Amino acid sequence: MHVLDIAQNSVAAGAALTRILLTLDEALDRLDLVIEDNGHGMTDEQAQAALDPFTTSRTTRKVGLGLPLLRQTAQLTGGDVAIESQPGKGTRVRAWFGLRHIDRPPLGDMAGTIASLMQANPERDFVYQLKTETDSFAVDSRELKQILGDVSLAQPEVALFIRDYIRENSAPLLEKE
Amino acid sequence: MKSLKELEAIRDRMRQTVATRENDQNAVRVVVGMATCGISAGARPVLNTLVEEIARENVAGVQVTQTGCIGICQYEPVVEVFEPDGGKTTYVKMTPEKAIRVVHQHLMQGKPVEEYTIGALTK
Ligand SMILES: Nc1ncnc2c1ncn2[C@@H]1O[C@H](COP(=O)(O)OP(=O)(O)O)[C@@H](O)[C@H]1O
Ligand SMILES: [Mg+2]
Repeated sequence: MHVLDIAQNSVAAGAALTRILLTLDEALDRLDLVIEDNGHGMTDEQAQAALDPFTTSRTTRKVGLGLPLLRQTAQLTGGDVAIESQPGKGTRVRAWFGLRHIDRPPLGDMAGTIASLMQANPERDFVYQLKTETDSFAVDSRELKQILGDVSLAQPEVALFIRDYIRENSAPLLEKE
Repeated sequence: MKSLKELEAIRDRMRQTVATRENDQNAVRVVVGMATCGISAGARPVLNTLVEEIARENVAGVQVTQTGCIGICQYEPVVEVFEPDGGKTTYVKMTPEKAIRVVHQHLMQGKPVEEYTIGALTK
């Protein structure tokens, strides 16, 4: 999954809070990914352009890969991507996929992805929620920080714990994965 | 199953070692390039291995962080080590195996692994 790349767009947009919501709906045969941030946002034109592979604000390479690739992958599985954004307010990227579609990429190491985001951006906040029809698991860096006090989320031992904590608690929800 | 109770125990342990740990200015910083180019080249397992090995060996005074594109995509995964005295080592085309050696030889013994550096590659 492209979660890290999309969430890094939120970080690049200066978001203080980024929410990552993953919903597995067996009945609808749908995997839903929402990444929502309170970063600097985009105008409608910018949001449209962001889905075009030949747009990027980067200077290091000519094409933006994150969103166009996400859209291409989603469409291959019968899904799509929708972006809602407001300058100064934030951005909501929603991607949906055919859950059992053969071209649907595996979720990959979501626990490692979330832990890396928190470790690399200890001054920002991230919420990750995983939902199935019957179950739900969430982790919120604000809650972790409350426990940690003066100890940083960037500490390797802490990041490692967070990864394993997410991994273990997600496992029962991802049995079919 | 891991619970947040364990995080409290980790916090308490970290607080105890913080006193003996050098402060941030004296820390060695290990920076992993985690832009799309780095990730598709395999930077994530390299980052995880660094974090795990540093925790396992209890290496003090080292901060591991990640950054965006370092600008040398063809050499990804790239790991940069910044010493408190301003010295910098750039490791290129990293793997989890190489990362373990960097932890042991460079971060623990202070001897950079020359053969993994960008200098060795462009020679
Ligand atoms: N969450 C976001 N908030 C604000 N701007 C965004 C966000 N996501 C994407 N963008 C804009 O869309 C562009 C394309 O994003 P992406 O496809 O990931 O490519 P890249 O990150 O390589 O530029 C970004 O450069 C940025 O200008
Ligand atoms: Mg991007």
